[in-house]
Amino acid sequence: MTVTDDAPVGSDAPRSGGPLVELAEVQKYYGGLHVLQDIDLTVARGEVVVVIGPSGSGKSTLCRTINRLEPIDAGRILVDGMPLPQEGRALARHRADVGMVFQSFNLFAHKTILQNVTLGPIKVRGLAKGEAETRAHELLDRVGVAQQADKYPAQLSGGQQQRVAIARALAMDPKVMLFDEPTSALDPEMIKEVLDVMVDLAERGMTMIVVTHEMGFARTAANRVVFMADGRILETTDPETFFTSPESDRAKDFLGKILKH
Amino acid sequence: MENVFSDFDLVLKAFWLTIQLALLSGLLAMVLGTLLAAMRVGPVAVLRGVASTYVALVRNTPLLVMCIFVFVAAPNLGLFVGTPFLLKGTIAVGLYTAPFVAEAIRSGVNAVPLGQAEAARAIGMTFAQNMRHVVLPQAFRASVPPLASTLIAMTKNTSVVAVFGLMEATARMRDFVNKNSDDTIGIFIIFAIGYILLVELISLAAYGLERRWKAAR
Repeated sequence: MTVTDDAPVGSDAPRSGGPLVELAEVQKYYGGLHVLQDIDLTVARGEVVVVIGPSGSGKSTLCRTINRLEPIDAGRILVDGMPLPQEGRALARHRADVGMVFQSFNLFAHKTILQNVTLGPIKVRGLAKGEAETRAHELLDRVGVAQQADKYPAQLSGGQQQRVAIARALAMDPKVMLFDEPTSALDPEMIKEVLDVMVDLAERGMTMIVVTHEMGFARTAANRVVFMADGRILETTDPETFFTSPESDRAKDFLGKILKH
Repeated sequence: MENVFSDFDLVLKAFWLTIQLALLSGLLAMVLGTLLAAMRVGPVAVLRGVASTYVALVRNTPLLVMCIFVFVAAPNLGLFVGTPFLLKGTIAVGLYTAPFVAEAIRSGVNAVPLGQAEAARAIGMTFAQNMRHVVLPQAFRASVPPLASTLIAMTKNTSVVAVFGLMEATARMRDFVNKNSDDTIGIFIIFAIGYILLVELISLAAYGLERRWKAAR
């Protein structure tokens, strides 16, 4: 992977800056199912938070509420001190500042790799095409897919697609990056190339909220681990404490299952 | 006495009018149909209602009824008074075909994975930008076969305006048959071939688009 020395916005920010993302008493229901219960979570500027938990625990939903891909039923969500807007232009502006990486990559299938990365900057940020392309080439180079710029997503491996998806999100100069199980759809040998990009991003000081089962990433890059089960946050600790001496029975049970292999 | 071979320029002229009708109505139907499809999948309830009502109203009404409205009823209301017949024909056929186009495109929109629209929203696109740059371009690709069928039906439907005094292919054919009743089979074959050629062009164009877009899907 090539690492250029251009740093993302906010890279000078200290690890323990002020709160950037705040969730308070967040509630979310799917019909009668209470999928997010009393969620309180504050993520500081420059902090990397890993959200871990069994499937169905609400961790993906939690991640998606932060850019309102999932609306909440009660509670408050603030990003950089601003409450999430209702649907409309204000929400679109908010989303432009929150980068999102999906489990299934979701690259625009009819656009080339370069166009995938430049579309947002040109259409949403109003950048000139040349400027957007220069920046896109830098980002593609940084995530190691510079050679693929003129190909279509379907011509790339899963790992390459996910790295492009990260570059696409970074091209918007987001304040915070959300990762919704970014490696769950990848073959084992491709997971590392994506995690390397994410670790690099963390080291540059990006604020990140990462839903993942990658314990290695949590240990290397996370400042905090949030453990969720049944729509609740059961534990919030540093990674070492969480993996060596979890408090709740649910966490012990969960770790016992995933660490045995 | 007019003969379909000796007066072949009349045949060509009639088909030229059919082509103009088909192109103009096709354009109107595509633009209006795309708009209706976008309204039907959009976030504004009022627009969804308007589009659904239009589709229900027009799709369930015969083309001849639409033609009578545009050519006869509308002028009584002060609409389309003095509008050239070609334009009236275009409006009638275009308005009639739009809901079919809308539904073909909507089937294409449903075929675009939800993740595509979510990714566009996640980088801060508004609904209009999302439609224009991400969803509709992919929806068009998925709706080429039903769109081709719709446009083929529309091209043949332009013959209905023959009733209202436009000398397009079908009206000209009727004219020839009236004047040369012994030559009916020959006349029929000539005009059938004309329509077949026109419609085959649409099929070929659709096939070409499908092949071209296959790689990028």
